[in-house]
Amino acid sequence: MSNQNKKLKSIPDFRFTPTIDKVGVEERVARIQTRSIKDEAKLQGMKMVLNMIDLTTLEGKDTPGKVKQMCYKARHLHDAYPGCPTVAAVCVYPSMVSIAKNELKGSGVKVASVSTAFPSGQAPRNIKIDDTKFAVDSGADEIDMVISRGEFLAGNYNFVFDEIAAIKEACGKARLKVILETGELVTLDNVRRASEIAMYAGADFIKTSTGKIQPAATMQVTYVMLMAIKDFYRKTGIKIGMKPAGGISTSKLALHNLLMVKETLGDEWLTNEWFRFGASSLANDVLMQLMKAKTGAYQSADYFSID
Amino acid sequence: MSDVFGLTSQIKIMSKKDTKQNETVSWELSPAPESKGHISLKPKYDLFINGKWVKPSGGKYFDSINPATEEKLAEIAYASEADVDKAVKAAREAYTNVWSKLSGRERGKYIFRIARLIQERAREFAVIETLDGGKAIRESRDVDVPLAANHFFYYAGWADKLEYAFPNRKVESLGVAGQIIPWNFPLLMAAWKIAPALACGNTVVLKPAETTSLTALKLAEIIEESGLPAGVVNIVTGYGDTGAAIVNHPDVNKVAFTGSTNVGKIIQRAVAGTNKKLTLELGGKSANIIFEDAPIDQAVEGIVNGIFFNQGHVCCAGSRLFVQEGVADEVIQKLKDRMDHLYIGDPMDKNTDIGAINSKEQFDTIRKYIKIGKAEGNEIYESNCPVPSKGYFCRPTLILDVAQSSTLVQEEIFGPVLTVQTFRTVDEVIQKANNTPYGLAAGVWTDKGSKIFNLTTKLRAGVVWANTYNRFDPVSPFGGYKESGFGREGGKHGLEAYLKI
Repeated sequence: MSNQNKKLKSIPDFRFTPTIDKVGVEERVARIQTRSIKDEAKLQGMKMVLNMIDLTTLEGKDTPGKVKQMCYKARHLHDAYPGCPTVAAVCVYPSMVSIAKNELKGSGVKVASVSTAFPSGQAPRNIKIDDTKFAVDSGADEIDMVISRGEFLAGNYNFVFDEIAAIKEACGKARLKVILETGELVTLDNVRRASEIAMYAGADFIKTSTGKIQPAATMQVTYVMLMAIKDFYRKTGIKIGMKPAGGISTSKLALHNLLMVKETLGDEWLTNEWFRFGASSLANDVLMQLMKAKTGAYQSADYFSID
Repeated sequence: MSDVFGLTSQIKIMSKKDTKQNETVSWELSPAPESKGHISLKPKYDLFINGKWVKPSGGKYFDSINPATEEKLAEIAYASEADVDKAVKAAREAYTNVWSKLSGRERGKYIFRIARLIQERAREFAVIETLDGGKAIRESRDVDVPLAANHFFYYAGWADKLEYAFPNRKVESLGVAGQIIPWNFPLLMAAWKIAPALACGNTVVLKPAETTSLTALKLAEIIEESGLPAGVVNIVTGYGDTGAAIVNHPDVNKVAFTGSTNVGKIIQRAVAGTNKKLTLELGGKSANIIFEDAPIDQAVEGIVNGIFFNQGHVCCAGSRLFVQEGVADEVIQKLKDRMDHLYIGDPMDKNTDIGAINSKEQFDTIRKYIKIGKAEGNEIYESNCPVPSKGYFCRPTLILDVAQSSTLVQEEIFGPVLTVQTFRTVDEVIQKANNTPYGLAAGVWTDKGSKIFNLTTKLRAGVVWANTYNRFDPVSPFGGYKESGFGREGGKHGLEAYLKI
C-alpha cells in the first residue's frame, strides 16, 4: 500500500475523465433513499456506523482539555449500552495529535490529523509538507489533507496531482485521506475528475469535505466518488477508501450511505478499513436510536454525553 | 451474524491494530413488507353499470390471482354481450341527457374530485395494484398511483379550455368511448383512457384486463363516491370476448385500445368501414442507444430502468440495447454488476426492485424466448440475485452478441430480457434502430446535445428519451409509429383522440 504508484501502469490525462449526468445521479440516489432499512439490518447497520465514525473536533478554540474529553468519548461512546463499539478514529488539528495519541493509547482507536493548511490549503508546498510531517511525527495514524481547489479550478491538474504525491511521500506509514472539498468544486464532473487525480496520485482514502463549506457530503457527491473508486479498483486492482464528511448527522442518512456503499462497491467496503464517516454529532443520534431499539422508547438527549 | 459489531468483535477490531485486513461482514436488508391491513377488498365484484353494481347476466365469475403467491384475491364478474349492451346504453343515455349538457367547468370539477380521491386512497390503490398484478410496491406507490392521479388533475384542467387547445376550431365531443386496457399498468391505463374522455365530454365503457381488474373496480368505487352522474363511466370486466363486444357494438363512437399488436390488428379490421374513431397503443421493441461519450454509469442505470422496470412488462421498454463498440465491454461489465444488485422477490416488500411476472402464461412466453436464445447459440447472462422458489419470478437476463436477424431482436418478449448489440457509427445505429415493424420509443445516451437532436429527428419512434428512459408525464404525448399504433395519449395531443375537430 505504501507506494501505489509503482503498481500503476499509466496515469490518464485528467482532462478526459468520464462525464457524469447530474439528473441520473439524483435519480439513482433517490432510489437508494427510498429503501427501507429495518429490524436486524438496522441494528447491525447502526453498530457499523458507530464503528466507522471519525469523531471530529476542528475548531480554532480547540484545547487539550477539549480533545482529552472527546478521546474518552471515542472509547466509551455509551457505557449504558453493553457491547457498544468504539469509533474508528478521532480527527484533530496537528497541534492536538500528541495529546490524542496519548489519551487513546492501547484502545485501537486511531488518530487522524488534518494537515496541509487545513481547511483552505492556501500555503506553499514546503509548509504543507512540514505540517504533514509534524502531524506524523506526533503520532498521527492518518492524515486528512486538502487539495488546492484554486489550482484545480484553474485547470492545473498536474499541480494538484504532484502536491498529493508529495504529501503522500511525507506521510510515510500514515494513511492518506484526500479532501476534495466538493462544495467548492461545484459540478459532479469536477468531483469525478478530482477523485481520479487523488487516487492516481496515491490517496488511500478520498474524502468529500472539510466540514467548513456547504454543501458538504451529499449522497450525490458520495455516489459519484464511490463509482470512481469502483472504476479505479477495476482498472488497477487497488482498493481506495471513502469518507463522506460534513452534514451527516442522522442515523437514517448514515444508513442510506452504508446501503449505497453496499449497492456500489459491495460488502467488502463495509468496514472502517475502507469506509468512514467524518462527523461530530452523528454518534449521539445513532446511540439514541440504538437505545430506542433496546428499550422501546426514545430517551432525552440529556442521557447522551455531548463529549 | 447478529451481533457482528457487538462486544466480541469489538475486541477483534481492537486487537487488529496493525493488520490491514478486516473480515468482510455481510449486511443484508431485513424484510420490509408493506402492510395490507388498511385495504378493503370484497370477495366478489359485480359490474359497474349506470352508477350501480349489477350481477353479470350469465351469472359467471372468474378468479383474480395474486401472481406472487398464486392465491385467489377475489371473484370478478364475467360480462357478456348483453351486459356490454346494457353498459353502452347507459353511457349513451348519460351522454345525451346529462354529460354533454354540462359545461366544461362542471365536468372539470368532477374530474378534479376523482383525482383528489385517488390521492387520498393512494396507499390502498398501491397495495391492491401490487397484490393483483405482481409489480413491486415501490413502483405502484411511486409511479403508477401518483401518475394516475396526475393524469386526472391534468385533464381536469383542460375540460373548460378546449377551445383554447385548438384555436379557431369548433370542438365537439364524440359520444360513447369504448376503452380496453392491458394488465401491465392497470390503474394508470384506466386513468390515461378515462381522464381525457371525460374532459372532452364523452362517456365511457371501460374493460380492464382479466388478470388485473381490481384497481379499475376500486376506481369505480371512487367514481361512485365522487358523485359523477350515473352512466358516465361504466366498468365491465371479462375476457377477450367482452372486449370484442365493446369494439363491435354499433352505438360506440370511439374505440381506444392499449395492448398487443395482434389484437390491435383484429380491432382495426373490426372497425373498418364503420364511423368509429380509433386509437391504438400497441407493442414495441424499442432501441436504447449508448454512445461512447455517454455518462456511462448513468446510462447503465437508464438501461436497467429501461428494461427491468415493471419486470419488462412495458410496451415502450428499452428491450434492444445498442452500445458503441468503444465502450461495449465496459458497459456490459457495469450492467452485469448493476443487475447483481437488484432485489427480486416479494412484490410487497418495499425494497423489491423486480416483482413477479404477471401470469403463468406470460412467464412461459418469457421462458420460451430465453430457450430460443440458447438454441440460437447466444451468450446469455442471468443476474446473480437470489430468487424465491415459489411464484412466477424471472431473473433479469441479457442476451449478448445477438444479431439483428435473431428472433429475440425482432419479436417483443414483454419480460426482463434485454438483447445487446454493438454498433460503430451513428448512421448504422439509426438504420438498425429503425429496422423493426415497431416504433414506440427510443433512448439516446450521449454528452453531446447536437447528437441528440440529430437522432431525435431520424429515429422513427413516438417517444425519444435523451439521457433518461421510461419517464412519463401527463403533459407529454405518448404513442407509436408503424405497428406500435396510432393516436397520442397524454398532453394536448391526447385531447384530439376524444374530439371532433
